[in-house]
Amino acid sequence: MSVLLSRWQFGVTITYHFLFVPLTIGLALLVAVMQVLAYRRKDAAWERLSRFFGTLFLINFAMGIVTGIVQEFQFGMNWSNYSVFVGNIFGAPLAMEGLLAFFLESTFVGLWIFGRNRLPPLVHTLSICVVSLGTMVSAFFILTANSWMQHPVGYRVAGHQALLTDFWAVLRNSTLWAEFAHTVLAAFVTGAFFVLGVSAWQILRGRQPEVFSRAARLAAGFGLVCTFLTIVTGDIQARLMDTQQPMKMAAAEAVYQSRKGASFSLLTIGNLSGQPVFQIRVPHLLSLIATLSWNGQVTGITQAGHAEAARHGGSAASYVPVLWVTYWSFRLMVGLGLLMLVVSAWALWRSRRGSPRAFGVTRRTLWVLAAFTAAPFLANTFGWLFTEMGRQPWIVYGLLKTAQAGSPAVSQTDVAVTFGGFVLLYTVLGIIELGLMARAIGRGLGPDEEADQGGPPSGTSEAEQKAAQDLVY
Amino acid sequence: MNGPVASLNTAWFALIGVLWTGYLVLEGFDFGVGMLSLAIGRDDIDRRLCRSAIGPVWDGNEVWLIVAAGATFAAFPLWYASMFSGFYLALFVVLAALIVRGVSFEYRGKRDSPRWRAGWDRALAAGSLVPAFAWGLVFVDLVHGLPLSASGRYAGTFTDLFPAVAVVGGLASLAMFLAHGATFLSLKTAGPLAGRARRVARWLSPPAGALVMGTAFWLAAAGSGSAGRLPGLVPLILAVACGAAFVASGALAAIGRDGVAFGLSALGIAAGVAAIFTALFPRVMASSGPGVALTIFSAASAHETLLVMTIVAAIFVPLVLAYQGWSYWVFRQRLVRPVAQPGPSSAPGSPDPAHTSDPQR
Repeated sequence: MSVLLSRWQFGVTITYHFLFVPLTIGLALLVAVMQVLAYRRKDAAWERLSRFFGTLFLINFAMGIVTGIVQEFQFGMNWSNYSVFVGNIFGAPLAMEGLLAFFLESTFVGLWIFGRNRLPPLVHTLSICVVSLGTMVSAFFILTANSWMQHPVGYRVAGHQALLTDFWAVLRNSTLWAEFAHTVLAAFVTGAFFVLGVSAWQILRGRQPEVFSRAARLAAGFGLVCTFLTIVTGDIQARLMDTQQPMKMAAAEAVYQSRKGASFSLLTIGNLSGQPVFQIRVPHLLSLIATLSWNGQVTGITQAGHAEAARHGGSAASYVPVLWVTYWSFRLMVGLGLLMLVVSAWALWRSRRGSPRAFGVTRRTLWVLAAFTAAPFLANTFGWLFTEMGRQPWIVYGLLKTAQAGSPAVSQTDVAVTFGGFVLLYTVLGIIELGLMARAIGRGLGPDEEADQGGPPSGTSEAEQKAAQDLVY
Repeated sequence: MNGPVASLNTAWFALIGVLWTGYLVLEGFDFGVGMLSLAIGRDDIDRRLCRSAIGPVWDGNEVWLIVAAGATFAAFPLWYASMFSGFYLALFVVLAALIVRGVSFEYRGKRDSPRWRAGWDRALAAGSLVPAFAWGLVFVDLVHGLPLSASGRYAGTFTDLFPAVAVVGGLASLAMFLAHGATFLSLKTAGPLAGRARRVARWLSPPAGALVMGTAFWLAAAGSGSAGRLPGLVPLILAVACGAAFVASGALAAIGRDGVAFGLSALGIAAGVAAIFTALFPRVMASSGPGVALTIFSAASAHETLLVMTIVAAIFVPLVLAYQGWSYWVFRQRLVRPVAQPGPSSAPGSPDPAHTSDPQR
């Protein structure tokens, strides 16, 4: 058994996978919106934008798919005890994700790529909308599985297995709906800041600024709304967490003793053992986040640990997650979220005197927007690090510990080989991916078909054109 | 081996068989085309034709694998756990192959450099070859028997996954997918490329059929084939049907009956998967070790899970078949070789003189 290495492998591969997933969800929706606008208004600018961002979407989509298969296989490969324990419940949404979402996404993405000249424009436009729907259905089912690990419902334990007693309870899990809303909105934010950042960059470089201004305006407004809603749903999640996983909430703040009207530290210098060298604290804020009341009771790490030890045995200390990870990842996630709110609001405010053809913000603002393309990716990563590391030592909260979840048949050497292999492969592909993205961005928009009425070179028949169009790859 | 044959367990065993059939029939030709694009694609356009022939559908085809694995996880957790951890390193190699193959579709055309394209062509071929061999190996291993512990977990080493009969089984699936890819290319392309594909189908299909039948008789002689609940003759008959389908497919490809030839190679693969599943039934992993075999009863989820999954599958599997079938219909036409080299790399309007006289079949 090699649980520690398997954890590292899973952590690294899922973090990598989840760089692509939120962009897929967010960009699918925005490309669909652009193409619908192009279709409804017969607007060439939106048409070109949907093609441009569609190309970037596809470069990203490919990586999301291939790294996703790895995640599904890893449950059985590295976590076979876990798989046997949860299969009755966890397996069902995983299978449904494939059946209801992946088939939809992959079939319609194929129709979208290859059907541009073969499908009627309306059907072609609808196919990217179906892809977008598929990405959200996929998020729903995988989060059904994950939220059951955070807050198991609708089950009974018999022997070495958790058995399903009520599938509706699994689907109605309060944790699921808070997590789904928060995660999908964060994915929309990722798409919005990507479109905003890339458009800002193109405007800075003077590449078709009149067209990219439209995309920037759309993305800034959409980004502001979604960032705000992400923060709201995150807050709802925090209050659920306070009742469902009090240790995680305490670990987010590294607060040791239960207290009323607890303050929130913006940052800590020194260690997190309760005697910091320096801290900036906001009074009452933690109580507000956790309970929505000024003097609400917040459980401390000590009390949460004793409560878990009393329920499940062992020492109280064994129920404390790695505090520096939970403390800092929570802060960085929240901090980045608030910054994105400010940045998108600022961009929208500064562009109020602009026009559809000119975004109307200063070059400095454009630089900030370009740089903020990275912000949602970091915030997404910190969010998942927080919620998964904050659940430790449990893999299924209150039911199964991570230490017991590994594969007896898999040796330390086996995992070392595959971990090394994945890191190598993912690094090489990551570099290629970034290079291709940069090239595609640098190429700018494709030709304006309205302006270019010359059509294909003379002497080529209609059959010839069709043949050439079919050679997409 | 307890429990009634007429149960949800049997239904799910059959459904997982159907999912694997869907996967291997569909991605089987993707694998074949991937390997053949390097073998019989003579230039850049040929290889692009090969890729574009499977371009709209390969991703949807691969989802059958994801759903087969997910359904196994949900319906037979112990099978999923034991099989995936038992085949740990083998599956890693398959995953790595599927990754480079998958990204090669999107990446190849993104740079206009012969070296870049040649690299991704090799990635597609290698990424198709590895799983084409591995799936045959894996399924023959399941029937032949793996060392299982008393708790039903894999207790062997990496080399225990490679008994001679399983290696032959891997070669059989490799040959089948190559022949299947060849019949697909003959059906989906035109001109000299399709001609070369027909020749591959003609000469490769008979040995592919022979390898399948050889593997089946070897397994039967080794005794594992008769340890299931069904008579040992059933999987043997199916394996012979698989072999015969491939022989017939090759003969029909040779005389240009592309549609029938492709249908027969598809049927052949379906019969091969059916042979594996009937040989297993009601086991899911045969045991050659101290433990007993895992069965559809010992490895299964409880009734509630199977019931929910049955309802979901009954609604959505037909729906998926409908829209996936529609996408095949949309892209049903043969791809023809353009006279002028298409793509951003070409100078528009300058037809490639070497290919202007290509007959379109």
